[in-house]
Amino acid sequence: MNSWILSVITFLPLLASILVLLPWARLFGWEKAREEFVIKRGSTLLSVVPLVLAAVLWITYDKTAGGFQFEVNVPWISALGINYHIAVDGLSIPMIFLTTLLTTLGLWYSSSTIKYRVREFFFLFSLLEMGMLGVFMSLDLVLFYFFWEVGLVPMYFLIGIWGQPKDRPQYSAIKFFLYTLAGSVFMLLAILGIYFNVGTFDMIKAAAAHPFAGDVLLSSLAFFAFFIAFAIKVPCWPFHTWLPDAHTAAPTAGSVILAGVLLKLGAYGIIRIILPIFPEAFKRYALVVVALGVISIIYGAFVSMAQWDLKRLIAYSSVSHMGYVLLGIGAAAFAIGTPAWVDASAMALNGAALQMFNHGIITGGLFFLVGMIYERVHLRDLKMFGGFSSKLPYYYGLFAVTAFASLGLPGLAGFWSEFFVFRGAFAIVSLWAAVGVLGVVLTAAYILWKIVQFVFLGEFDPHKIDHWTNVETGVVSHEPSDVAMFEKVTLWPLVAIMVFFGVYPTPILSFFNKAFTDLMTKLAGG
Amino acid sequence: MSLSDLTYLLPELILLASAALVFLLDIVWIRRARAEATGVYPQARFLPYVALAGLAAALVGLIPSLGGTHQVATLLAVDPFSVFFKAFAICAVAIVTLTAVSYMPGRTRYGGEFYALLLVTGLAICLAVSASNLVMIYLSMEFLSITSYVLVGYIRNDRKSGEAAIKYFLFGASASAVMLYGMSLLYGATGTTDLGELAAAFSAKAPADLVWLGFPAIILLLAGFGFKASLVPFHQWAPDTYEGAPTPVTTFLSTASKATGFAILIRVFVVALGQMQGEWGALLMAVSMLTMTIGNLTALRQTNIKRLLAYSSIAQAGYILMGAAAISLNPGLTFSGINGVLIYLFAYLFTNAGAFAVIIAIEQATGKTDVKDYAGLVQRAPWLAGLLFIFLASLAGIPPTGGFMGKFFVFGAVVQRQLWILAAVGAVNSVVAAFYYLNVVRLMFFTPAEEVGPVRVAPSLQTALIVTAIVTLVLGLAPGPLIAWATNSVQLLALR
Repeated sequence: MNSWILSVITFLPLLASILVLLPWARLFGWEKAREEFVIKRGSTLLSVVPLVLAAVLWITYDKTAGGFQFEVNVPWISALGINYHIAVDGLSIPMIFLTTLLTTLGLWYSSSTIKYRVREFFFLFSLLEMGMLGVFMSLDLVLFYFFWEVGLVPMYFLIGIWGQPKDRPQYSAIKFFLYTLAGSVFMLLAILGIYFNVGTFDMIKAAAAHPFAGDVLLSSLAFFAFFIAFAIKVPCWPFHTWLPDAHTAAPTAGSVILAGVLLKLGAYGIIRIILPIFPEAFKRYALVVVALGVISIIYGAFVSMAQWDLKRLIAYSSVSHMGYVLLGIGAAAFAIGTPAWVDASAMALNGAALQMFNHGIITGGLFFLVGMIYERVHLRDLKMFGGFSSKLPYYYGLFAVTAFASLGLPGLAGFWSEFFVFRGAFAIVSLWAAVGVLGVVLTAAYILWKIVQFVFLGEFDPHKIDHWTNVETGVVSHEPSDVAMFEKVTLWPLVAIMVFFGVYPTPILSFFNKAFTDLMTKLAGG
Repeated sequence: MSLSDLTYLLPELILLASAALVFLLDIVWIRRARAEATGVYPQARFLPYVALAGLAAALVGLIPSLGGTHQVATLLAVDPFSVFFKAFAICAVAIVTLTAVSYMPGRTRYGGEFYALLLVTGLAICLAVSASNLVMIYLSMEFLSITSYVLVGYIRNDRKSGEAAIKYFLFGASASAVMLYGMSLLYGATGTTDLGELAAAFSAKAPADLVWLGFPAIILLLAGFGFKASLVPFHQWAPDTYEGAPTPVTTFLSTASKATGFAILIRVFVVALGQMQGEWGALLMAVSMLTMTIGNLTALRQTNIKRLLAYSSIAQAGYILMGAAAISLNPGLTFSGINGVLIYLFAYLFTNAGAFAVIIAIEQATGKTDVKDYAGLVQRAPWLAGLLFIFLASLAGIPPTGGFMGKFFVFGAVVQRQLWILAAVGAVNSVVAAFYYLNVVRLMFFTPAEEVGPVRVAPSLQTALIVTAIVTLVLGLAPGPLIAWATNSVQLLALR
């Protein structure tokens, strides 16, 4: 099982996407509606397999031993020493689980909400899943780059084809693509630079060989080439401008995957590649990373507060929440070489990785919730909303839990990640962490004021919105319909995870803890 | 000239014989058709397949040339480098023949001669890439150019075709004259036109003696080679010629003709002028940066798809030239620069041929070649749209396509030589290029179609499309064999 489980997880979505392309209607003589039904349900069913396997990985990973497990390392392009080298460790497994979970939920949700060009949607979505999973598993730099780029293309199509015209989908799609491509091309140059310095494309061997050690100029160039590519993805201020457009324009499931997983690819890359391979360069510029993280937190929160479009607000909140991740990683990098800070840096990294996971779950849930209201009223203008708590109580309940998790209420998952980031960062970069804590207050402000108050509290004014679409039947009426069954199935797993990891975060923290304590002992201990 | 020399010349002889056969069959069948007073002779549709059979035979005829370097007939060098380009040329002519089968009949009466001319042009390329003497280089390049002029202007009653041919001819004649002058400078300096002897003469003389004559010679030679490879500032003919020529001929010009320019450039500069690598390396670096930038920036404004691909192929020539500018011939290196050029050209052949095949299919179905006519193609012909997307992604350098492998190797050579500015310019240009490639994708997939109706694609064109698409993807996923072949092909006769 060790040797095939990871490959099955990664390539089963590819098989699913190819199967979607086949002309089932012509082969079996079905009419269009039946073919669409088969495509939708078949894709969702096939995506459950990687989810189950990811859960198996979670359970069978040996936490005491730590390190990379389920490893596969076979030559691919032997002339260059590029291998198909994949493995998972404490950092990747929760990310893989997050990816498979959000993809399955996204496919399930889209089965009831995507009405046109169904075949292309499900083809692209499964292809995207393969790209993301491959990134989390790769231990070879060129293989990493391959999957990284492969993940760009389906997202471009998802944004451009199913975006609503008033959200400028074509503009948002090309902006997303070119911005991310610009970063990746310079990352490719840095990868080649590593090869010429240490003779290998393998991440583990490169980390052991310390490329550009002692050469300030080249190590800085390589660091920034990688960091900017990942910072664009995270997204870090000031490379975040693609995100509001892309998130707002994408269809609901696309936004969920974009916010829930694609942003994590950037942070994952920083922890997996930059931290082990360029520790001196990272330490040199760690304060830059910390500063950018804190600015992202504050700036993202302020701009969120100013939004009147609910989806754009949540998009900007992603900028703010990912700032905590950067703060944690930057603080840990600043601790490199200082043995006294080993524990604090491991804690900061724990917080950052936990924030990655939590943010995926929470913001994934938020985008699903926004999608639900959009399906009903076809607008997202906060000025038109109000008083939904009386008309949509179930929706209010789900939204409130998710919103409170997002602002970091103790008892829900978001609290622990922010807590650990600050607990670790205070010991290392106290001033910056103190400034960053302001972000928590601002987050509470925009969530409670803009989202909860404007959408749910107050009087429901029937004159503001008088046409409500029933998502299950498509009938337009004057009365809103509360959460449908398929929406409940979409949201309850996420809410359950938020509550469970809010009360008892040990199962996931223990994953990260072993991996990061090992890493920081090696780096920080000198 | 011994018998073994003839076996090394088998591909050329077979191509010549096939061309003669196609010409003869064309005449015989016309006579018979006229005798029957039908005017149209249906057997003409066999001629392309006779040509393809000849090409297959020529490919088999390459086998005796494999392995080792040989001097043949004083003027030609048969080495792995020339074998690579001969195979390249034969593949290119085969794909172009396949795409022309459906394109040419409606546009011209002179169907048969077209394929014979294509074969003869293939022969010209085979001679040009193996020429080891400056005079032979000039002769074979003129041979290639003249047959190309005829092919470009082939459609007699199309004014654009004629205009394209005249522009191509005037520009080509001037470029050849300048190149010949450069060659005469080299002859004057050393008293020989053989590349190997030139190299010996250059290494014998003191450096000061070389530069004052060598550097002007390099610049003048670059005019001729750059014309064929459509490098800036010798690229002005390309957009009009690509737009006006029949689209299969455009395919040929953008792939095989360009590759010949690069092959000769590498052979002359690396073998004969190897001592001056510092000088021509710097020059090629500057030309490469100019070519990429101007090609990409001008392509952004194009509204005709053939002109768009013309400027795109100018920019692609810039990327390929990056590999030539960063040549490192130390033994055992994985990125020698030359193997990057070879890999890129090979992947580029199939990518560009595939893209033009899609354009031919659309042109056959709708008669239009504007970019806006591709709107909503995914609704009218989803497979064509998907295939064109794969080819455009390969041109943009997105994995897992052959185009990405080409870029990887070329960038690798540049980073190896630590030419940071060239690498940065190349990276920025890749992103700029992605914009106009994706613009076509945007039109195909995101915008609704104006006219809805199926697009019928002829079987020969379907074959060409399938072959090019499969090779493009295979070269991206399993590039090992191509890498091995290209690295092995960096063996040139008389290389020191």
